[in-house]
Amino acid sequence: MQKEITVALVGNPNCGKTSLFNALTGLNHKVSNFAGTTVEKKTGETKLSAGVKAQIIDLPGTYSLYPKSADELVTYEILRNKAENNYPDLVIFIADASNLKRNLLLFSQVADLGVPIILCLNMMDVAERKGIRYDLKLLEKELGVPIFAINARKQEGIDNIKSALLNDKLRITAQYYNLDHVNAKMLDEICKATDKRNKYAALQFAINASSLLSEKAQRIIKLFEKYSFDTRKFQEDEILSRYHIIETTVRNARLKNTSQLKNSLTHKVDEILTHRYWGIGIFLVLLLLVFQAMFSWSSYPMDFVEYIFGLISNYIETQMPKGILNDLMVQGILAGLSGVMIFLPQIIILFLFIAILEDVGYMARVGFMMDRIMRPFGMNGKSIVPLISGMACAVPSIMASRNIENKKERLITILVTPLMSCSARLPVYTLLIGMLIPDTAKWGPFNVHGLVLMLMYLIGFVAAIFSAWIFKFFIKQKQKNYFIMELPSYKMPVFSNLMITLYEKAGAFVWGAGKIIVAVSVVLWVLASTGPHGNIAKVEQKFASTINNDTIPETLREEAKLQMNSQKLEASYAGEFGKMIEPAIRPLGFDWKIGIALLTSLAAREVFVGTMSTIYSVNDDGGEETFSNIKTKMQAEINSQTGKPSYSLATILSLMIFYAFALQCMSTIAVVKKETHSNKWPIIQFVYMTVLAYASSFLVFTIFT
Amino acid sequence: MNLTELKFGQKAIIERVTDDDLSLKLFEMGLLPGETIMLENVAPFGDPIAVLLSESKICIRLQDAGSVQIKPID
Repeated sequence: MQKEITVALVGNPNCGKTSLFNALTGLNHKVSNFAGTTVEKKTGETKLSAGVKAQIIDLPGTYSLYPKSADELVTYEILRNKAENNYPDLVIFIADASNLKRNLLLFSQVADLGVPIILCLNMMDVAERKGIRYDLKLLEKELGVPIFAINARKQEGIDNIKSALLNDKLRITAQYYNLDHVNAKMLDEICKATDKRNKYAALQFAINASSLLSEKAQRIIKLFEKYSFDTRKFQEDEILSRYHIIETTVRNARLKNTSQLKNSLTHKVDEILTHRYWGIGIFLVLLLLVFQAMFSWSSYPMDFVEYIFGLISNYIETQMPKGILNDLMVQGILAGLSGVMIFLPQIIILFLFIAILEDVGYMARVGFMMDRIMRPFGMNGKSIVPLISGMACAVPSIMASRNIENKKERLITILVTPLMSCSARLPVYTLLIGMLIPDTAKWGPFNVHGLVLMLMYLIGFVAAIFSAWIFKFFIKQKQKNYFIMELPSYKMPVFSNLMITLYEKAGAFVWGAGKIIVAVSVVLWVLASTGPHGNIAKVEQKFASTINNDTIPETLREEAKLQMNSQKLEASYAGEFGKMIEPAIRPLGFDWKIGIALLTSLAAREVFVGTMSTIYSVNDDGGEETFSNIKTKMQAEINSQTGKPSYSLATILSLMIFYAFALQCMSTIAVVKKETHSNKWPIIQFVYMTVLAYASSFLVFTIFT
Repeated sequence: MNLTELKFGQKAIIERVTDDDLSLKLFEMGLLPGETIMLENVAPFGDPIAVLLSESKICIRLQDAGSVQIKPID
């Protein structure tokens, strides 16, 4: 029979925990929610022997069991509840051997919860370079738990851990911190109130419950008051006592101590990369190179994705019997899927660079340098990662804001990240800029096209910063504002780690955003293919004679078919919607056709291009020609009321601004709802971005008319 | 003397943290009384600063560093 054990990986941030998780499980892992909660866990499987598997849970890095950020909370939530299905049979604690004292603080807290624990000392080589060596046998004896030396990045020592997991004799619990100084009667009552037998676990849970104001908070606060128990004082005492115990242990097991505060290689690199004057310049140049790479490398895979989807659509369209199922497959599901996959190359390239910079240790430095600049806008240095990732896709970026401790700063970061120009806006901008400026236009050595595009990215960034500044005044906070962050030592990036991070980020996009994009595509297909009063059937009838007449040349019949599709869309519910909102969007210079596109863009903004191609009866085969064909048709369009071109300079600029600011992305709304645990914030976000988009477009249209 | 007054390369010993809300976080990160500390980097605009501890490097805003009382070594 298969036996399965649950193992949790716990450790400080930057201790190499993710490397170990990857070494143990490879690509064999997934992110899912705990049943009935919003707590997300990352699990993977590893085979220990013929009959035994281990379910490995990777918990976000934390400095203590008193959580201060959303991701630290996840770790605490999983370790606090023994009744939980996923409660680990064993904890593997990963400690950075070059920073053992601080790592052991959390270790001793976790051990005191009463869970069996083994200690893995990682980065022994780094420690050695710092002049630190330990007598592991002695350390093992002092701490009373099994200790393993590993090098997670080089995958050394992994087999020892695997065999240790199989050995029931190594399921050892240990206890370090003594609660004798705490009122025993109160502890008993706390144990009763929290349903826990382990006194430290009960007290620790009670303190967190009282500060997080979660379940049972009122009862516990009363208990603390009754015994005049000062939680902060207790925590301070706990931390200092633990350090004292650790200090003694570590000192005994230390072989030689040549470690003095000294300038290491990291210091020398930091002198250049975080230099007071050039530091930010170096960062901006790096960013520019990253974007240059993103644009130039992604065009080939994107063409390839388009080509493949073109082939599949074509095949299904011609091979499947004609009818509603065929249309649903091709125009609903496949259109949605290709809308998802087309962004993948850009997103992968941008996230690859961010992952490299993060793995090396540079991203923490960017946070350090940018903190002072972000602060006046209600954010902090850690906000820079979500904002930059927002230029690929807002969905994984918003999830990346979890390590921001301050709730207000995190919320502001979440609220403004979708203003950064994501990859879905790019096709829209490309089409619209193309209508304004010929591709070949040059300004000095620069391509004007590219410059305008850069301007749009800049506008997005400025709008994000400005909105953040406004939010700063409206969002209240009780929490203290601080920015205390570790700057890890620089490391060489590890290829397998990069690939796995990439897999997770791209996965968040494909599974998180993707399923919504496909779902919305199907709904929109229904709205675009059905209509009131049998109008659609009437359009079909009108064209039937032409399309089915074999004597008419093929090209004319194709033309008639495109005309029919355009008129069908006008007669559909989507068309009705466009006409219905036309009075509202006319002040922005938009007609009902753009109204339809605004609706369909809710799946993903780039759907704008596809909708325009249908409205203007262009055969959307996804190639280069589609773009120039839509462009030509749109440019030729004459407004029946004014007799002037429908797409004047003012309308196009207004449209570009609208797409820059409006929250036309259901996936973003869904992820914000999940991350903020509320309906309020996604609604506020949708409203403020719509108002911003409307007002700015109105202004632009009025100025340029 | 507090942490904001430390000069580049100068070493000091942490005496105490005067801000109660901050002390727990600082202790957890390893900035605790008795530890030796050295100023290593300063971000653009002079804030935040990065300090070297015996085993790690931590950055902290000037406003928070103000509550860390230190005693310079020699």
